[in-house]
Amino acid sequence: MLRLKNINTCYGKVQALKNISLHLAEGEIVTLIGANGAGKTTILNTISGVTPAAAGEVVFSKQQVASFPPDQIVKLGISQVPEGRQVFKPLSVEDNLELGAYLRYRSREGKSAIHADLERMYTLFPRLKERRKQLAGTMSGGEQQMLAIGRALMAKPKLLLLDEPSMGLAPLVVQEIFRVLNQLRSESGVTILLVEQNAKAALKLADRGYVLETGKVILEGSANELMENAEVKRAYLGKDKKEIWER
Amino acid sequence: MLFDQILQYCLSGLSTGAIYGLIGVGFSIIFNATGIINFAQGEFVMLGGMLTLLFLETLALPLWAAIPCAIAASMVAGLLFERLAIRPLRQPTPINLVIITIGGSILIRGLAMLAWGKDTHALPPFSGNDPISILGATILPQHIWILVVTVFIVAVNRFYFYHTISGKAMRACAYNRRAAGLVGIDVRRMVLFSFVISSALGSIAGLIVAPLTMTSYDVGIMLGLKGFCAAIIGGMSSGIATVIGGLLLGILESLGAGLISSGYKDAIAFIILLLILVIRPQGLFGKAESERV
Repeated sequence: MLRLKNINTCYGKVQALKNISLHLAEGEIVTLIGANGAGKTTILNTISGVTPAAAGEVVFSKQQVASFPPDQIVKLGISQVPEGRQVFKPLSVEDNLELGAYLRYRSREGKSAIHADLERMYTLFPRLKERRKQLAGTMSGGEQQMLAIGRALMAKPKLLLLDEPSMGLAPLVVQEIFRVLNQLRSESGVTILLVEQNAKAALKLADRGYVLETGKVILEGSANELMENAEVKRAYLGKDKKEIWER
Repeated sequence: MLFDQILQYCLSGLSTGAIYGLIGVGFSIIFNATGIINFAQGEFVMLGGMLTLLFLETLALPLWAAIPCAIAASMVAGLLFERLAIRPLRQPTPINLVIITIGGSILIRGLAMLAWGKDTHALPPFSGNDPISILGATILPQHIWILVVTVFIVAVNRFYFYHTISGKAMRACAYNRRAAGLVGIDVRRMVLFSFVISSALGSIAGLIVAPLTMTSYDVGIMLGLKGFCAAIIGGMSSGIATVIGGLLLGILESLGAGLISSGYKDAIAFIILLLILVIRPQGLFGKAESERV
């Protein structure tokens, strides 16, 4: 469904991605793990057209999309839930969700279909329904994250890019977010590319994963393989792996 | 006697203030969509009056047809301005863009001078010149036109920004351009659109005030700066706050001119501008982090 081939992306003179190649099949959940600055967010932004690749190919549904601007990418069916949520704080919750369907309004899609999806978001995130008239900026971080996910889903994406959905959230809220992602997978079969610092939760949810380090893919494999990999355990799964730390 | 006078000053201040407010809203809309102060805004005010005159006298259209034509022509000018001067910029840093708008304003003013000369022209009032007296003060029908049009535009503005998907998208762009792009909003199109709306507002302000104050190729400078002042008082809000800022400015100016000396009329606006920038840079009504829509 999506294939990145030898992607190189630069910020000015700094090369953030070096020959990244990865692929996603339809219906898969794939996670990117790696430390800060490894290039995870840059990969998502390259796919979304926010920071276009300097070289390499991005192929989505058999189409070259590497040079497309962000709004065209959304039109093709790729929505990103950006890092730090980036909801439109001065707008109401409902306005935020409606704007998620902006292109569907523009393409004169019937209001009833969009409205049905709005209701679907409210069932997925009952909290948002309670707060529909409230300004997005007045909600808690977890609620804003739910809103950001809901907003992206309103575009009816085929591929959802999620950037650090658990960042800065309480463990219970993180659980809730991951529960919803699981539910999404089983209900709508949307394909997900998930960037996470919380490698454990991400690998539990995902089918496959890529491990990044300083702009390169250093490891790839099924989620189970990665979870059992000694290097991944040591570097990303943390201190509960006593057998490694206290050797 | 004094009461009559003060009322008179307030009423005439109210109508010039409404004009400042409309121009200020034009400033704010572009500022919120792009982060730049469009110093060519005043030239669209000038174009409103001069183009109406063009359609009215040179092309001999009736007033009711000349006005929409002038507004439409100004919108085209705004569109061209964005396309030709703003968009092609390689490094669109705010300072570059602001300099471009100043250059654009000088160009437009120069072209207007070549086309229409340096004379001042008068536009006929929309509905006669018979004064109406209110509590001992008198106003002209044109004053009422100005107030009615302003209220109407504020209402339309409010409806657009809060109840249409396009208006909400523009507010989203104002708040966070990158996130707006990520939901599929074409940010560049929104920028273009903000220039078109602002030039329409500017030209409307210019053509409703022209019957009262006359118009010439260079009215845009002072009106533009006063509108900018209104926008600063309103905290760069594209809604009611800027209009109130304009009204306040208009009334203070007219009271100052009437009670102290008319020589200080323009100075008052700039003293207020400086005071606001020093004491409350977020605008008179804004909280420290105000909602700029």
